Amino acid sequence: MIPAGFDYHRPAELDAAIGLLQEHGDEARVIAGGHSLVPMMKLRMAVLSHLVDLRDIPDLQGIEFGADSISLGAMVTQHELIAHAGLAEAVPLLREAALQIADPQVRYLGTLGGNVANGDPGNDMPGLMQCLDATYKVTGPDGSRQIRARDFYESAYFTARSDDEILTRITVPIPAAGTGYAYEKQKRKIGDYATAAAAVLVGEGSASIAMTNLADVPVWSAEAGAALAAGDREGAVSAALAAIDPQEDMRGPVEFKRHVAGVVLRRAIARALSRVAG
Amino acid sequence: MKDEVQSPEERSAGLKGMGCSRKRVEDVRFTQGKGNYVDDIKSDGMLFGDFVRSPYAHAKVVSINTAEALKVPGVLAVLTAKDLEPLGLHWMPTLAGDKQMVLADGKVLFQGQEVAFVVATDRYAAADGVEAVEVEYEELPVLTDPFEALKSDVVLREDLAGQSEGAHGPRKHHNHIFTWEQGDKDATEAVMAEADVVAEEMVYYHRTHPCPLETCGCVASMDKVTGKLTLYGTFQAPHAIRTVVSLISGIAEHNIRVISPDIGGGFGNKVGAYSGYVCSVVASIVTGKPVKWVEDRMDNLMSTAFARDYWMQGKISATKEGKITGLWCHTTADHGGFDACADPTKFPAGFMNICTGSYDIPSAYLAVDGVYTNKAPGGVAYRCSFRVTEAAYFIERMIEVLAIKLNMDAAELRRINFIRKDQFPYQSALGWEYDSGDYHTAWDKALAAVGYDDLRREQAQRLEDFKAGKTRKLMGIGLTHFTEIVGAGPVKNCDILGLGMFDSCEIRIHPTGSAIARLGTISQGQGHATTFAQIIASEIGLPADDITLEEGDTDTAPYGLGTYGSRSTPVAGAATAMAARKIRAKAQMIAAYLLEVHDGDVEWDVDRFVVKGDESRFKTMKEIAFASYNQAIPGLEPGLEAVSYYDPPNMTYPFGAYICVMEIDVDTGEHEVRQFYALDDCGTRINPMIIEGQVHGGATEGYAIAMGQEIAYDDMGNHKTATLMDFFLPTSWETPTYQTDHTVTPSPHHPIGAKGVGESPNVGSVPCFSNAVHDAFRPFGLTQSHMPHDHWRVWKIARDMGLHG
Ligand SMILES: Cc1cc2nc3c(=O)[nH]c(=O)nc-3n(C[C@H](O)[C@H](O)[C@H](O)COP(=O)(O)OP(=O)(O)OC[C@H]3O[C@@H](n4cnc5c(N)ncnc54)[C@H](O)[C@@H]3O)c2cc1C
Repeated sequence: MIPAGFDYHRPAELDAAIGLLQEHGDEARVIAGGHSLVPMMKLRMAVLSHLVDLRDIPDLQGIEFGADSISLGAMVTQHELIAHAGLAEAVPLLREAALQIADPQVRYLGTLGGNVANGDPGNDMPGLMQCLDATYKVTGPDGSRQIRARDFYESAYFTARSDDEILTRITVPIPAAGTGYAYEKQKRKIGDYATAAAAVLVGEGSASIAMTNLADVPVWSAEAGAALAAGDREGAVSAALAAIDPQEDMRGPVEFKRHVAGVVLRRAIARALSRVAG
Repeated sequence: MKDEVQSPEERSAGLKGMGCSRKRVEDVRFTQGKGNYVDDIKSDGMLFGDFVRSPYAHAKVVSINTAEALKVPGVLAVLTAKDLEPLGLHWMPTLAGDKQMVLADGKVLFQGQEVAFVVATDRYAAADGVEAVEVEYEELPVLTDPFEALKSDVVLREDLAGQSEGAHGPRKHHNHIFTWEQGDKDATEAVMAEADVVAEEMVYYHRTHPCPLETCGCVASMDKVTGKLTLYGTFQAPHAIRTVVSLISGIAEHNIRVISPDIGGGFGNKVGAYSGYVCSVVASIVTGKPVKWVEDRMDNLMSTAFARDYWMQGKISATKEGKITGLWCHTTADHGGFDACADPTKFPAGFMNICTGSYDIPSAYLAVDGVYTNKAPGGVAYRCSFRVTEAAYFIERMIEVLAIKLNMDAAELRRINFIRKDQFPYQSALGWEYDSGDYHTAWDKALAAVGYDDLRREQAQRLEDFKAGKTRKLMGIGLTHFTEIVGAGPVKNCDILGLGMFDSCEIRIHPTGSAIARLGTISQGQGHATTFAQIIASEIGLPADDITLEEGDTDTAPYGLGTYGSRSTPVAGAATAMAARKIRAKAQMIAAYLLEVHDGDVEWDVDRFVVKGDESRFKTMKEIAFASYNQAIPGLEPGLEAVSYYDPPNMTYPFGAYICVMEIDVDTGEHEVRQFYALDDCGTRINPMIIEGQVHGGATEGYAIAMGQEIAYDDMGNHKTATLMDFFLPTSWETPTYQTDHTVTPSPHHPIGAKGVGESPNVGSVPCFSNAVHDAFRPFGLTQSHMPHDHWRVWKIARDMGLHG
């Protein structure tokens, strides 16, 4: 449980960070809160010669409110997401989900950017971002581009981001007033990844549904959202369940996960509907 | 003087003796981060060792190439079995009469087995060195199922080939270790054949692990000038470790000093001897430098001693009214690759023969077969006295299974079968003499405290609601009445490696009336420094706050067998009281001399000797202490000290009644412990607060074990639960709230009547939680479903019972 040796860099400029990634290629990796990366390094599943710490780069900080969206810096911690009053009011789903991630100690360091860039199917934020239809801004040697969360995840640990790009900001559309929401997660204990989790937004004639840790990528189902928007709860559940592909692990066999996915989603839908206002 | 106006009660309270919820004196340093654990030990030039471990569960080791590792900056040496062989240290004896490879000798028998030991200037270099060692393996067929192992042609232990006799009698197969039989087989089977009712069930107590927060470790330091070896380690039995090290290394015992500093939990995991200790000692001898080895969490969960893994096939017979007539049990015990169980020598299956529990069962028979498999060795008493948890789980499940068969309430079935108060001392069918008990009183108190009848009514209503579709939650009521056997033990039948299981205490009173006491045990969080001082305070009338307590340094403490199996209070606690009484006896003579009366003319009064019939004439213990150092008393040596080596006449038999109310979500398999009531009878209570803390901790471990904790392997012998993500340790969030209670039935043979409590809550709570899960599904026909009752397994019960529609 001791990582191999590495050099530690802490640039203050985004360009410098990108330069380090270019210079060292796949020997280098950015580090945010380190709560996914460091465990992998300790197991020597990730062996890196250069770590580029992002915490001193101003571009990756801060929570900024726009007219109909919020721009979140990649280095905003999960704790900050929970503690920010304006955010909780505008996108209460974000806070409800963040509170179900790990434990307070992990959340003080773990970042939103790290959580969504990691590409681990166990992370809760990717499904959540798909549910919210967030957009990621990535910046590399050739400049910046925007990628929708719904297009970002390719397979476990593989994403649309290329190795020399850094995720800088996440834009989350503010749901219409009165939108019902719920993040429902079954886990074995505090600090565990989901056995199954579901994010649901439902408003007047619209709905969005995403699920976590039930395939090698987060599962957002357009059909499920459409069914729910049309008031067909069971249609929504079957559409979402048709899209998942859970694997057996210590949390249980596939059959169990499929069943629990349905239960968790039904509960999330019920809670979201109960919160629709106006 | 203020002292003179104090009543005896006030003087007694001032001592903070037995019965006082004195705050733990240890916590001052622990809560300030000032504890001194093995990993806190640092010295100049100290080196670090780390293991290359086997990725395979069963494989030949074809070659080990250390050349690249030796090039890693900071790496000084890489030890393999070849290096240890000339010293005769490539294998070591186990506590169970088997032997175990220190480093892989031509093959490996479990994933995580120690293959080579890298010694480096710091732990980072050691870890890099481990990565650089190249080992070539040739995979062999893997046996993870003990039943299959007993049939398989695959030989796990070639070193035992042709040995039809093991440490505990004949071996039936090359993967068989021993058969241990107790009770009367024929009589029991005859009773079963004639019984009105016989219930039969396979009860599996799964493999788990003690997982102490502090892992195992040591610092070995060979002083080449003096020839003395100092070995600091996380040892639950420092004196026994010294003897073992001396026997296997050939270093004279007086040249070895073993020190157990603060220990962060043991739970049986730190009783045995591990490769890390041997390799650190050798590395220190070779390099002349102190060598530290500390496991990481994965090392600990994969390689140091596991617990349980008992497949218990049971039969229980009764009359149609529910009077139990016989109990039969055949256990298949999975011991892993080496038999490294930590049990008294004559008890290869520990005290599994306490499995008749709290019940008056006239005929019983037990057989245990130990089996080798490709899993880690161990089989330690994880917060229990040598397989008592397995025994308690077995009988408490069998009672429930019988209740189902008889269509009886399980509380009533227990009541009509309890050993009655007037039957003690009670001779059990499997050979024990229970010292004391009052089970009916405890049981009735427990049932009344939780409102048992109301709970059953609520449960019946819930079932109606469930069937009517009004709720998806079932309610389970878990019952347990357990009897433990602790305080090993009488030297006549209890030894470890030939060392009798007595224990010891030495007390020295200082001139000003304070004292130091040293014991042969070692606290790992039990609070010995607090409680043993309380025993002395009550016995000799000096305040507990004025008594220092030391354990764990073999150069200063008297010899003892250490702390595990709830033995400290029953054995060392008894030694403490006996040593204190020797001091009091001498003090009486001193007092009589000072008061110018005969010895028989003074009597003890809390903290002083008083002249009979004249309360105004007395000598306090403080005065007596001073006199013992400054007066020439005819016929008495100066000073005031005593030592006692206590050989207990019998074990002690703590018991308890536990009740759990659980809500179970049939759709997700999740549960909520609504209520947990724990009544413990540990005889005389020394420190009620410490008892309560022990109950909370033990019940939390029991909760973990019953509801999710396991050591799991796949068919290839890969360890699937080697991190705390998958090995369940509850956080404060999952931990139930406990309601504690007690009755007091002192042990008749123990000097202060105390029985030991540290392990009762683990022993009692596991069946209690498990029974609650079973009870919830009883109306649907469930008789047995194996632990751990994690979400998916509970969900599967519901699915198999057709509850998912
Ligand atoms: C005990 C424990 C329990 C946990 N439980 C949960 C849980 O229930 N749910 C959950 O979602 N997570 C959980 N986590 C993970 C935690 O939330 C992590 O903090 C998070 O996944 C990663 O965020 P980080 O800031 O720590 O990223 P890091 O670990 O620093 O990085 C993770 C990966 O993302 C890359 N990366 C980070 N930032 C960027 C960026 N700006 N641009 C490009 N690449 C980047 C890194 O190079 C690395 O590969 C748990 C972690 C622990 C230790």
